[in-house]
Amino acid sequence: MHEETGGGGEAAAPGDGTVVGLAGVGKTFAGGTVALEDFSLTVRRGEFVSLLGPSGCGKSTVLRIIAGLIAPSAGRVDWPGARDAAAHAISFVFQEPTLMPWATVFGNVHLPLRIKGVKAASARGPVIEALEKVGLEGFADAYPRELSGGMKMRASIARALVTKPRLLLMDEPFAALDEITRFRLNNDLLVLWRQLGWTVVFVTHSVFESVYLSSRVMVLAARPGRVVEEIAIDEPYPRDEEFRTSARYAQICRETSHALSAALGAGEGA
Amino acid sequence: MSGAGETGRPRSRGPAPDADELSRARARARQQIARFVMPVVMFAAAIVVWDRIVVWNGIPHYIMPRPGLVAETLIEDWPILADALANTLEITLGALVIATVGGVGLAILFTQSKWVELSLFPFAVVLQVTPVVAIAPLILIYVDSTSVALLICAWIVAFFPILANTTLGLNSADHNLQDLFQLYGASRWQLLRYLRLPTAMPYFLGGLRIAGGLALIGAIVAEFTAGTAGSGSGLAFRILEAGYRLNIPRLFAALILMSLAGIAIFLVLTLVSHLALRNWHESALGRER
Repeated sequence: MHEETGGGGEAAAPGDGTVVGLAGVGKTFAGGTVALEDFSLTVRRGEFVSLLGPSGCGKSTVLRIIAGLIAPSAGRVDWPGARDAAAHAISFVFQEPTLMPWATVFGNVHLPLRIKGVKAASARGPVIEALEKVGLEGFADAYPRELSGGMKMRASIARALVTKPRLLLMDEPFAALDEITRFRLNNDLLVLWRQLGWTVVFVTHSVFESVYLSSRVMVLAARPGRVVEEIAIDEPYPRDEEFRTSARYAQICRETSHALSAALGAGEGA
Repeated sequence: MSGAGETGRPRSRGPAPDADELSRARARARQQIARFVMPVVMFAAAIVVWDRIVVWNGIPHYIMPRPGLVAETLIEDWPILADALANTLEITLGALVIATVGGVGLAILFTQSKWVELSLFPFAVVLQVTPVVAIAPLILIYVDSTSVALLICAWIVAFFPILANTTLGLNSADHNLQDLFQLYGASRWQLLRYLRLPTAMPYFLGGLRIAGGLALIGAIVAEFTAGTAGSGSGLAFRILEAGYRLNIPRLFAALILMSLAGIAIFLVLTLVSHLALRNWHESALGRER
């Protein structure tokens, strides 16, 4: 189940269900920090890909490059499907809930549609539907400060899914939550993923979370950020508490941990 | 606010409060009462002390009147003083409105173009650091209408806090939210309308509260500079006039009206700020302990 990519260099071949392909992407920031070097990643339709690595390995930079928020300094980002359609079907979930404190939950979830010119009255249906999906029905009129950390994150996810994205980018969305809440949100996220047919790129520094959620884990090393190992997780979905407590899960976690340790070593050696 | 208390912040519905909780509740209640009673008691005490000092030292009323005499004068001279108060308030509020429109407008312009900010901000700073007393005579010479001159002086002092605070607020928008707006292809106008302006609201209101007091000070300073020559008959003019005539009780009465006007402006703006922010901003939220 291990598959060495050796820092892989193959570009995205069109027509194989690729949503987005990064080929030889590098990013050097103005200060001279090399955040990414020769980074390649092909995300196929319907996948749940995790980027796992230590802090400073450029995980978030990858997401921002895919989202088009920052431009790579080297390499290519390919959208084999219709470029515009794909670009507009991206949603982003940040580490913090990033809600507007002055707006109600409804207002926050309405935001992406509002930017596209959909008035509140006609957005009511989709917004309420999104809130129902994350279990926040009945909280449309609450303000973010009235919600717990987990509920804020649910509102943030509702905002991400209200535009019916094809590609969901998540940047350590549950890192700041307690374990119980995180487990619950992990389960709910998997249900939504299967139900809505998303493609997810998920950034995390938690081995357990990445193994539990993903169909594929990319292990990254830091300074400069690059892929050191790709681990396919061929366990069937739906996954639940049964899987979380299984020996198989523990074994994959151990292997992934070893890969991560090796990545840390590689990072220090570089 | 359906279900607001359901999970986010659960109200305690547990067993009956124990002695500790009751004593804390009593302490809170005492504090609430003290908040209103203490200032009133202290003010009353200060007035009594003032009265006693005047009586015991036999101070003549043209040096320092007794509080009772000041109150009488306030009622007797009310037509004159009310007129003066109205004039001063008119200048103050006019200046505040222009300062708000101009300050917010310029702040928005600053955030839209770095070039505009770089070229205009120094002027704003020059206006701010130059004492208005020093510029007022020039303005009174250059501008024919006294009330327009007074308006300009009051505006100069009230303008800067609004500009500076609003600019800071507009630039304080959450970076992740800015990214989100960019991701969804928001226009500049949408970014301003849905993100920057709401973010700037608490900052702007803080500036407005400072500006309210400053506008009054600006108006009064300008009136003093205009002096008795001015056609305006604001509170400062009445103070000067009363001083020349040694009508000290009226001077005191005018002074008190001035303070009350300042307090009223502050309270009104505080209320406006509270009403605007009560739903979401930390400054307007009570804490449950």
